[in-house]
Amino acid sequence: MDANIRREIILDNYQNPKNRGLVENDSDYVVVNSNNESCIDNLDIQYKIQDGVLVDIHFDGEACAISTSATSIMIRSLIGKTVEEAKKILENYEAMIDEREYDADLLQELNVYDEIYLQPNRKKCALLPFESLKKVFKQLNL
Amino acid sequence: MNREDFEIFNTGVIYFDNGATTMKPKQVVDSVVDYYTKYTANAHRGDYENSLKVDTEYEKVREKVQKLIHSEKKEEIVFTAGATDSLNRIVFGFMKNYLSEGDEVLLTKAEHASNILPWMRLAEEIGIVIRYIPLPEKNEVSIENVLKSITDKTKVISIAHVTNVLGDVRPVHEIGEICQEKGILFVVDGAQSVPHRVVDVLKDHIDFLAFSAHKMLGPTGVGVLYGRYDLLEKLEPTTLGGGMNASFLADGEYELKSIPSRFEAGTPNIAGVIGLGSAIDYLLEIGMEIIQKYEAELRKYLLNRLSEIPNVIIYNQDIESSNIAFNLKDVFAQDTAIYLNHYHICVRAGNHCAKILKDELHVANTCRISLYFYNTKEEIDQLIEVLKKSEDIFKVIL
Repeated sequence: MDANIRREIILDNYQNPKNRGLVENDSDYVVVNSNNESCIDNLDIQYKIQDGVLVDIHFDGEACAISTSATSIMIRSLIGKTVEEAKKILENYEAMIDEREYDADLLQELNVYDEIYLQPNRKKCALLPFESLKKVFKQLNL
Repeated sequence: MNREDFEIFNTGVIYFDNGATTMKPKQVVDSVVDYYTKYTANAHRGDYENSLKVDTEYEKVREKVQKLIHSEKKEEIVFTAGATDSLNRIVFGFMKNYLSEGDEVLLTKAEHASNILPWMRLAEEIGIVIRYIPLPEKNEVSIENVLKSITDKTKVISIAHVTNVLGDVRPVHEIGEICQEKGILFVVDGAQSVPHRVVDVLKDHIDFLAFSAHKMLGPTGVGVLYGRYDLLEKLEPTTLGGGMNASFLADGEYELKSIPSRFEAGTPNIAGVIGLGSAIDYLLEIGMEIIQKYEAELRKYLLNRLSEIPNVIIYNQDIESSNIAFNLKDVFAQDTAIYLNHYHICVRAGNHCAKILKDELHVANTCRISLYFYNTKEEIDQLIEVLKKSEDIFKVIL
């Protein structure tokens, strides 16, 4: 991916992230807190999962450009997907960050982080929203 | 000053994270290497030459620390693993027996985790009450607020001499006098003060003092617990084993060694203690007053230069300190730190282990520049140059 396009997508998602701000007083949503143990990112991500589909996702909190943009792009990528599809994306995304083989077509916009391994101290930032996705699946036994 | 003694600066690094740890001069490194290559032996044990030399060198450091912090007796100096270890020993080895349910301990919300969490656990265990001295103006501790916070249940005041986020200097002398007058024990976290200024436990009526070697040019993993002798007599060793007992019998009876040996169970961090001794020699050779004065000048210069950059927000402008806590407008602290790292400039981003200070500061995360005597105006100029072109920050970090 062209470096300028990559940067533009990340920056746009950092400065105008998708669904920032939590939905209040709606028991259909489950909130999961994610904080990066090695730094200071601290995000609450809120999931509405119905009939095996990720119907809606919101987030709030303070985090760096990589974590925030990755959360925004994750939200864009997962809304409307089934739990099974989301798990596939999760698996391939983690593989990409860890420099293992992965299906780039499946990840679409999430491919902007395909060179994050060049900055090893940022890997955790890129993985942060997906850690919360894992947590929510575990919490709901999905 | 003295940059030639620090080999690490040949790598081109600009190090502004001295509140976290400091660089080591050749003299300190050499003293540690000498112990490992010329006279390795255990302490307090053998009858051979090297062992005696180790004993002598190790005990000499106690006298150096005594001189540094102006304590009455060298036996009042206990070597620990660091300031955190020292504070935990004060809380669980002494306060746990000394305090009772309902007794109040005064802290502030700007304290480091190691001066809050042990107290929180003690509150859970024996029901002491933690109260916080308010920090209204510039987040500083005022005598007025100390006096207002004291009740007839206040038994301990435990605060940092210099805080690690904002670097403000507390009026320990006045607080020490109040404590003495009211029969309150005064515990001081000296991790950020002992490396930078004169500390005088006698003059300031400090009952317990904790600090770490690695923040004052010394090795990691070693620190000091100072305690007034009559208080150390009531301190329970929290670790038991070799080197701290005078005798023990199968029926469970045992006798402790004298103070301070009873607090140094197991083989001590001999290399660390020797390195600390060399660090103290180094600092006293320059002079603590000179270090303090130089850092104040350097900070003034840094503040002046930062004022040239409109999008820099400073959180501790008008206080005496060698730290600057700042953010770039609309940039997350960590992104700023990562940006500076691209230019080999090391600053710390975060809450700096003072996770409840945000209640007072109304901002969770900041970048912290913490200066030391080896920093220079030229380094500051380089920082300013990089901050001035920070409008392209996302081009650099993304």
